[in-house]
Amino acid sequence: MNTKKQKFPFGIPDHNLTEVEREIPVGEPDAWPVNDQLKHVGKPVKRYDAKAKVTGKAKYTADMRLPGMLYAKFLRSTVPAARIKSIDTSAAESYPGVYAVHVIENLATGAREKENESNRFPEIKFTGQPIAGLAAESLDIAEEAARLIKVEYEYQPFVIDVEEAMKPEAPLVFSAPVEQKADAGDVGVTHEGDRGQGNVRGPSTSSFFGGPRGDLEKGFAEADVIVEHTYRTQVHTHVPLETHGVVVDWKPDGMLVYTSTQNTKAVRDEMADYFDLPRSKVRVICEFMGGGFGAKHSAGNFGPMAAILSRKTGRPVWLMLDRKEEHISQGNRPNSIHYLKIGAKKNGKLTAIQQRSHGTAGVALGAGVGRVAQILYECPNFATEQYDVFTHAGPGAAWRAPGNVQGAYGVEQAIDELAEKINMDPLALRDIIDTSEVRKVERQRGAEKFGWSRRKPAGSDPGPVKKGLGVAQSTWPRFIEFDSTAEVRILRDGAVEIRSGVQDIGTGTKTVLAQVVAEELGIRPEEVTVRIGDTVFPNGPSSGGSKVTGSITPAARNAAYKAKMELFEQVAGKWETDPSLLKTQDGQIIHKEDPLKKMSFNDALKGMRTGAIYASASRSDDYGGFQQPWGLAYGDLGSVQFAEVTVDTETGFVKVDKIVAAHSCGRPINTAHVRSQINGGVIQGVAYALYEYRSMDKETGHMMNANLDQYKLPYAMEIPEIESIIVEDYAGRSSTDAYGIGEPANIATAVAVANAVYNAIGVRIYEIPITPDKVLNALNKI
Amino acid sequence: MKEKKQSEKLTVLPEESKSGKKGLSRRGFLKGAGVTTAGTVMLQTGLLGHARADVKEDTLLGPDAILVKLKVNGRSRTVQVEPRATLAQVLRDHLELTGTKIVCDRGSCSACTVWLDGKPVNSCMTLAMDVGDRDITTIEGISNQEGLHPVQQAFIDHDATQCGYCTPGMIMTSVHLLNENKNPTLEDVKVALRGNLCRCGTQPHIFKAVLDASKKM
Repeated sequence: MNTKKQKFPFGIPDHNLTEVEREIPVGEPDAWPVNDQLKHVGKPVKRYDAKAKVTGKAKYTADMRLPGMLYAKFLRSTVPAARIKSIDTSAAESYPGVYAVHVIENLATGAREKENESNRFPEIKFTGQPIAGLAAESLDIAEEAARLIKVEYEYQPFVIDVEEAMKPEAPLVFSAPVEQKADAGDVGVTHEGDRGQGNVRGPSTSSFFGGPRGDLEKGFAEADVIVEHTYRTQVHTHVPLETHGVVVDWKPDGMLVYTSTQNTKAVRDEMADYFDLPRSKVRVICEFMGGGFGAKHSAGNFGPMAAILSRKTGRPVWLMLDRKEEHISQGNRPNSIHYLKIGAKKNGKLTAIQQRSHGTAGVALGAGVGRVAQILYECPNFATEQYDVFTHAGPGAAWRAPGNVQGAYGVEQAIDELAEKINMDPLALRDIIDTSEVRKVERQRGAEKFGWSRRKPAGSDPGPVKKGLGVAQSTWPRFIEFDSTAEVRILRDGAVEIRSGVQDIGTGTKTVLAQVVAEELGIRPEEVTVRIGDTVFPNGPSSGGSKVTGSITPAARNAAYKAKMELFEQVAGKWETDPSLLKTQDGQIIHKEDPLKKMSFNDALKGMRTGAIYASASRSDDYGGFQQPWGLAYGDLGSVQFAEVTVDTETGFVKVDKIVAAHSCGRPINTAHVRSQINGGVIQGVAYALYEYRSMDKETGHMMNANLDQYKLPYAMEIPEIESIIVEDYAGRSSTDAYGIGEPANIATAVAVANAVYNAIGVRIYEIPITPDKVLNALNKI
Repeated sequence: MKEKKQSEKLTVLPEESKSGKKGLSRRGFLKGAGVTTAGTVMLQTGLLGHARADVKEDTLLGPDAILVKLKVNGRSRTVQVEPRATLAQVLRDHLELTGTKIVCDRGSCSACTVWLDGKPVNSCMTLAMDVGDRDITTIEGISNQEGLHPVQQAFIDHDATQCGYCTPGMIMTSVHLLNENKNPTLEDVKVALRGNLCRCGTQPHIFKAVLDASKKM
């Protein structure tokens, strides 16, 4: 491959910014300078589709109204464990307005036993498991008819509570080794379904950062102080405002699927595989998407169901889940019972970390606590054992930084406790044990903005209403998805278009692509038409693991560059000059040495044989290579968050007053969108720390708060003041050097709040959500 | 926000007291549930009395579809819907005004907020046939020929949308606030929006947008 040498900005502006020389392919554009010197990148450019959203014109999957469309509804299990003896659909079939009924014989999701079941119907393993579905003229009719399907159950014993499920005599959820296909949201989540006893599967003892290291016993022997506790987090659900669902129109020449997804290409592939169709016969569209947070990477069972009903009726079928179905069947963040033992010297140096965790993703795998304990701090001796515990509850799913939020909740409290034991400020301790340069800067800038120096000793605030300050950190890897392609077109009239299958789930991917293409072509972002979220375009990355920006923006810039070079070829021919002497500016092509030579795109394209220039590019390798060849880049996405809380020690109520969130995402492309996502991660973290939990009735196996009035979410009155600090951190690894922010924004908040609550009341609460009863209990008031 | 409105909310329908019915009727339940909603959403279904002249007081309606006349965004529309159809369903499924979203379908999230005679209600908790001759305003009716409403523009300027699913409800509540209170404080804005759920966590930018819009109206 022909290469050229380029000097890239390297490091953190106003801290240690320097340059690094990289050898890059000649077909890729020259290095960008830092954001300060760019026109559109790194600026708070207005959201590409904001106007459609504020006027109500944005059409989401749930809004699709196709001619002849039918509405579908699932019948779901009303019991948590059973064998289905018979299903009678006759009353539903003959109900006026019903067009088709389908009984599920093969579930498309969740963990499954490797040996095939003998019964015709899948065994019921959680309340809410889909059993059948039907399509009718209206949703009301579909709901009525679904209730007429008669299911004869043979009830079986079940277990809901995770600790009950771990006992040897507990009813088994699966009686054989299980397997589960990882989806794109499960970045680095381990699925060890083959090992273990009873409902307890695992342990997983390694991650892609390796396995155990050093010698724990020796490490703890060397320690001057040891912190040892068990930290607990709850199950909570994603609650995207738009539920999971599809509208499927199965036509003779293929299937058209509108869906609310984080992953258009995965939905296409799943649907094609399920129906044994070539991928070219399935088209998946997601133009607007009403929230995902990790749970929407699959066609689920709703995709195949709607497709079967569409095929049976010859009509488009709308199948969106209702709020209860969403809560009970479409994913949740697994809980964790997280034992940690950390040893350290008096000078702060860590000597050993031992971790053991159990958690339940219900009938699915994926309840590990991530890699925080393994990689956040320097420590020579480390070992982890992470177990999945099956229970008769809905399957878990990736939830913003899967495993890491639970992991950080333990680790960052343990570090706080350690700091107190060796009489050191929590930030000063982290300065010693954390080698990350970007988190060092975040600690400094964050502490200053937050006023960390105000912090008093734990529990020392006088009076019954106490203030507390806390801090916590996080790490998230820089992942890349190679299967990320963008196509840029310059049309004859000078119009510019970018196309990719990648979806915008509210993160601002459309805007970011417009900015990158505009910057490269010397036009304004408003002049770029962005067409994404459709599998007729080249594959884009899945919106999971904070991968999108790092994967698709280099491809987009490189495609724009290729299109530009082709345009230059045309013009250079006309001007009898060298293409390398041309540049673009304000929609014109200009000769660098002879500014009088100018031409619009439009004029340049006149006389071409085709109506447009087309150029596409896929995500190329990182400049200087990868940390691991499958797409793990060097460096990480570090963050530090500070929390200020008020605790009423008489009522037990905790209120988060303020969060200062210092974050890095490499080169930020759109600072407004980055701040929006940080706000989102923080608010979800506050709710995780204080409010949300899935309440299961152990006696019936039903979720008791599967709605929005009893499932407590943060509304306006619960929103703290949030200040975000974006630290630019250049590494010169791709043509944009940009990364995502979705996961990092959510990891540190809950534990920063927990540390602040401790600072307020002087008693540590080892379990979230920190509800008033837990506070009063900790204070021996109840 | 406006405490004085409380009394209006709990008006008992003369029709129901006359009928002497005890217990929980569907309509009564919807009314009551609407009242418990947080936020400025005020459900005023006390308008069965508005039932059109062609419907006699003791006529039993349904379960089959009936004709319902609605005034939506200044235009008159007639739809054939079952008496149980909520206003949210009718707007979305019959009039294709899908800017109004259904999220919880039980008055807990305000995503379905529309105005009846200028006052916000949860359209998922309002029966279409109870609307009577009140003017319905949806998100599609907020911007006029001259362009965007200042609140809509402020939402764009302050990046006050992420996934956008809560946005129509947020805007309907916010515009109503500014119609009632030209100069709100941050606390006023929070109180007004306290029943509107956003899961992406866009609220800080929404608060800024509403405060900014108040200066431009």
